[in-house]
Amino acid sequence: MKIHEYQAKEIFRKYGIPVPQGKVALDPKGARRIAEEIGGPVAVKAQVLVGGRGKAGGVKLATTPEEAEEHATEILGMEIKGEVVNKVLVTQAVDIKSEAYMGIVVDRSSKRPVVMVSPAGGVDIEEVARETPEKIHKFAVDPLTGLLPHQARGMCFKLYEEYQPVREASSVLTRLYQAFMESDASLAEINPLVVTPNGEVWAIDAKINIDDNGLYRQREIEAMREVTPEEEQEIEAKAKGLSYIKLQGNIGCVVNGAGLAMATMDLIKRYGGEPANFLDIGGSSSPEKVTNAMEILLRDKNVRAVFFNIFGGITRCDDVANGIVEAMEKFPLNIPIVVRLTGTNEERARDILKSTPLIPVSSMAEGARKAIELARGRQNSISE
Amino acid sequence: MSILVDENTRLVVQGITGRDGSFHTKRMREYGTKVVAGVTPGKGGEVVEGIPVFNTVREAVEKTGANTSVIFVPYKFAVDALYEAGDAGVELIVCIAEGIPTLDMVKVVRFLSDRGVKLIGPNCPGVISPGKCEVGILPGHIFKPGQIGVISRSGTLTYEIATHIVDAGLGISTCIGVGGDPIIGLKFIDCLELFEEDEQTKGVVLVGEIGGQDEEEAARYYQEHCHKPVVAFIAGLTAPPGKRMGHAGAIISGGAGTAKGKMEAFESVGIRVAKEPAEVGILMKASLK
Repeated sequence: MKIHEYQAKEIFRKYGIPVPQGKVALDPKGARRIAEEIGGPVAVKAQVLVGGRGKAGGVKLATTPEEAEEHATEILGMEIKGEVVNKVLVTQAVDIKSEAYMGIVVDRSSKRPVVMVSPAGGVDIEEVARETPEKIHKFAVDPLTGLLPHQARGMCFKLYEEYQPVREASSVLTRLYQAFMESDASLAEINPLVVTPNGEVWAIDAKINIDDNGLYRQREIEAMREVTPEEEQEIEAKAKGLSYIKLQGNIGCVVNGAGLAMATMDLIKRYGGEPANFLDIGGSSSPEKVTNAMEILLRDKNVRAVFFNIFGGITRCDDVANGIVEAMEKFPLNIPIVVRLTGTNEERARDILKSTPLIPVSSMAEGARKAIELARGRQNSISE
Repeated sequence: MSILVDENTRLVVQGITGRDGSFHTKRMREYGTKVVAGVTPGKGGEVVEGIPVFNTVREAVEKTGANTSVIFVPYKFAVDALYEAGDAGVELIVCIAEGIPTLDMVKVVRFLSDRGVKLIGPNCPGVISPGKCEVGILPGHIFKPGQIGVISRSGTLTYEIATHIVDAGLGISTCIGVGGDPIIGLKFIDCLELFEEDEQTKGVVLVGEIGGQDEEEAARYYQEHCHKPVVAFIAGLTAPPGKRMGHAGAIISGGAGTAKGKMEAFESVGIRVAKEPAEVGILMKASLK
């Protein structure tokens, strides 16, 4: 799960990481009031979950409250990579002597949290990684000892020559590690970490991504979630034990298992069709789960055909067949449904389906082809 | 031969009295796996499917000589179950549980590697050496014994691919579902190394998916260390960036971890990439000639 900058900064404050004062505004007048409260120059920053907002014009400096209001008027409602800006963070502007990067990620290769620092702060770190990788210093932390003070200092000596900022920054890094571990983060970044002319260290930006598997014990962070209309369906599906992601095509897919679900989408695309969604109904699929899946799937009005691709390892095919038949009774369906069921109780499943208008197929490839053909037929009859 | 599990595997089931634990215990034993013990705290002394239940894994190991553990407990208890198995002295742990926080796994993996304990999973279907032993939730009947090693990050897609390998007239030495999470125990490269040393295995099939760099790592490892033919399949060519596709590890972020990038990494070192599951068996057969 991703959270906004202002939310990440709330977490930083809790851990004693120095963050300039600031508040969130929902309208230009609000931005002006916050600027008045702060007094002096402020930054008006779009709060979006996508990256690259600086380049898109989503961050602006203002010297007066009037200017802050003007900037907020421009930024609010702006679209950044498809995301509409609903909030701006108005925050105290800080004098900058130097900018650095500080981040922590879970590294799958070393299987450890990896701390990264770079004196090339304030710019896109992925660009630095591509063009001047020697400017990024990495350290894999032993999770059993945590990040030790001397390790944090050692990293910060790569950033500054004088000891004072090293001392300040290593305290920030130690706290960032603590916040990272205790928040079940998968990424925590400060970019830039700024040193002011009088030697203060500030986290000017904040980014934290949270591991979805850790959310069950991160109630406070979970409460920060902002749900887009698109995600609403995904979250509703998740509550029902389904994993659903809407796509743009017209062939609905219902598959057991995430890998097979992706492979099914890929195959539909390979044969010239367009999948309408990713949908994994999971290992143990009860008739109820199949019904729920159909309900979510059929809300998508683009769907012209549905392809059930079920490989029953432990999933019983007769259960799935019963679920599909049940769902058929609940919704007056006028959409063709292609069904591939392989595995445990396959024959019993076929017997159940025989008396229905469902279209049985014997392989994944045959099912994908059939679904594409039927979706095309329906697409044509609708456009005529 | 085969790798990781075989007729010498003596299995303890953690969470044997639960619904999944008891169901799969029965299945595994029917397949021929030597299930020697179960563990559920507070239920020591009970018997499930004729198998003695102990309060602790250590007791199970001491009394029955168990050398492998499979974990069927829910994610909230799975972390402690992993530590317990690591402390009890088993050689291999297979963790089926899904939903374990990544930072817990970071610590568990470190703890187990200190003790020299191998881990498969979490969030995996398990491991099978056809005709000898099955540990986990894999449907034994679709795997025929033979010479092909299979390593997969997926569950049902593994079964789909295994079916095509068998349909091509080939069999399987060992099939490992390494798991769909970002932090897992054995990875592609670890399994490739084991298969390279295994006499029964003549070729290896890798089933990958979007997210992470495990496939790219495997491509580099193959180039430097492997002499047996490898055929790969990658799922997720149509996955939109930034979305978690069911598996916690299956996410493309910042342009890295794409299916296309992984396919190119494989092809650049001479690993043949199947364009659809049904091609895997055919390509493997051709590679063996």
